[in-house]
Amino acid sequence: MSLCQNYGQCVFEAPRIFHLNDDDKLEHLAEANDDERDQVESAVDVCPMQAIRIVD
Amino acid sequence: MSTPAEAPVVIVGGAMGGLRAAEALRRAGYTGGVKVVGQELHAPYNRPPLSKDVLSTVVTHEAVAFPERAATADVDWVRGVSATDADLEARTVTTDDGEVHPWKALVIATGLRARRLALPELPGRQAIRTLDDAIALRAQLTDVARIVVLGSGFLGCEVAATARKLGCDVTIVSPSDLPIVRPLGRLVAGEIQRRHEAKGVRFRLGRTVEHLDGEDRLTAVALDDGERIEADVLVEAIGSDCNSEWLAGTPLDLTDGIRADAAMRAVSTDGMAHDDVYVVGDIARFPNLMFDDVPRRVEHWNIPTDTGKRAGAVLASWLANDGSFADAVAQPFTPMPSFWSNQFELALQAYGLPSLADEDGIRLLDGELSGDAIVGYYRGDRLVGVVGLGMKAALLPYRATIAG
Ligand SMILES: Cc1cc2nc3c(=O)[nH]c(=O)nc-3n(C[C@H](O)[C@H](O)[C@H](O)COP(=O)(O)OP(=O)(O)OC[C@H]3O[C@@H](n4cnc5c(N)ncnc54)[C@H](O)[C@@H]3O)c2cc1C
Ligand code: SF4
Repeated sequence: MSLCQNYGQCVFEAPRIFHLNDDDKLEHLAEANDDERDQVESAVDVCPMQAIRIVD
Repeated sequence: MSTPAEAPVVIVGGAMGGLRAAEALRRAGYTGGVKVVGQELHAPYNRPPLSKDVLSTVVTHEAVAFPERAATADVDWVRGVSATDADLEARTVTTDDGEVHPWKALVIATGLRARRLALPELPGRQAIRTLDDAIALRAQLTDVARIVVLGSGFLGCEVAATARKLGCDVTIVSPSDLPIVRPLGRLVAGEIQRRHEAKGVRFRLGRTVEHLDGEDRLTAVALDDGERIEADVLVEAIGSDCNSEWLAGTPLDLTDGIRADAAMRAVSTDGMAHDDVYVVGDIARFPNLMFDDVPRRVEHWNIPTDTGKRAGAVLASWLANDGSFADAVAQPFTPMPSFWSNQFELALQAYGLPSLADEDGIRLLDGELSGDAIVGYYRGDRLVGVVGLGMKAALLPYRATIAG
């Protein structure tokens, strides 16, 4: 995720998967399960850096 | 010609807002025809990097293109044509190639265009709105180039910082007395000016460009106080105009963009909302009940996505004709405005509408302005906006407060 600039927009869309830690760095907490597909699609939409790609 | 019943949904404007509306129609289960009619030849791409990181490296379509989704693979894209006219009764749009496009519903996503100075054409004059603008500008940002940026909003300041990083000599000329002062207020604006000056950007504030020198190409600009600044490039970042002229023959309310209700339905001058006409993106003037019921245009990147999704969902429900429409319209729609900006080492991020703050309602909430900081914007005692200079994680709880 080299493109990520830690804006944290994805955190609101998929909180179980993305987290912004106290050093302002994005952490990828978990792989999405099938029920979370929509959340991750939304995270893709809101990421200003287009840093999130879904790999099936 | 097909009858209106088999006509597709026509989306005019093929950028981010149009793309998101098309995707949302599919996500909401609409399987009928979708046609996108757009002026630009490029598939939808992301504009923000065009004044920031991408402008400092190599500007290509691949670097900024939005990913294509399988669900919208069957959308019919008509590129390189502009809508010139719409008829809301006959349900048609006419384009500049003479085609008449029938529709069963219309989505307006024509956004804005860069405002230009009323001065003669001259190589070296540059706007910054489209990919082609950025490609042309990038080619002129050599380390010996002298750049004058006219306008000190976000766009002007970002281009100035990028050009300076590339080694250009940079002067910002602006009629305002501080950079980005209207959206951010004087406290943060003053700090932004300080940071630019520390990097060697010069300011000529309270000034404008009145005259251009140069025969085959720009050599200098003359300001309204008579000062002459040698320049190879003039970047005109003086705001934008709404692409709404093609709707002049319709009853729609075209005051400052196109008026919409909270369901993103287009609204006529008599106040009537059209169930079959929607507005998304920068051009939409819509109410956001997070703040009040005043319709406003919001030129932030999250708005095409949020309004596109909203319009797509409501419209899909109207097209489904299954009794769900009234509920869809009544759903609350309170998208959180959010924007960001990178200038030199500064990573600024904002939530809400800081510009709504009272004049004396701007307060430092955390940190120090000269370093990392959080600034709050209050209307009365309500937090309506927050701006972070750095401190991205610490900013998040304030976002929740704004949402209320
Ligand atoms: C350089 C730059 C940097 C930015 N940086 C940021 C940032 O850091 N943060 C932020 O929050 N926002 C930023 N923005 C704003 C953000 O990019 C916009 O809010 C967003 O692009 C708006 O998308 P839109 O689809 O509504 O409109 P537009 O992107 O304006 O798209 C409208 C489309 O419609 C087409 N069109 C116009 N008229 C017609 C017609 N008559 N017929 C057919 N097609 C037509 C146009 O060619 C265009 O393709 C930036 C904008 C620019 C230009
Ligand atoms: S939204 Fe994008 S840039 Fe922001 S933290 Fe998430 S991945 Fe990173």
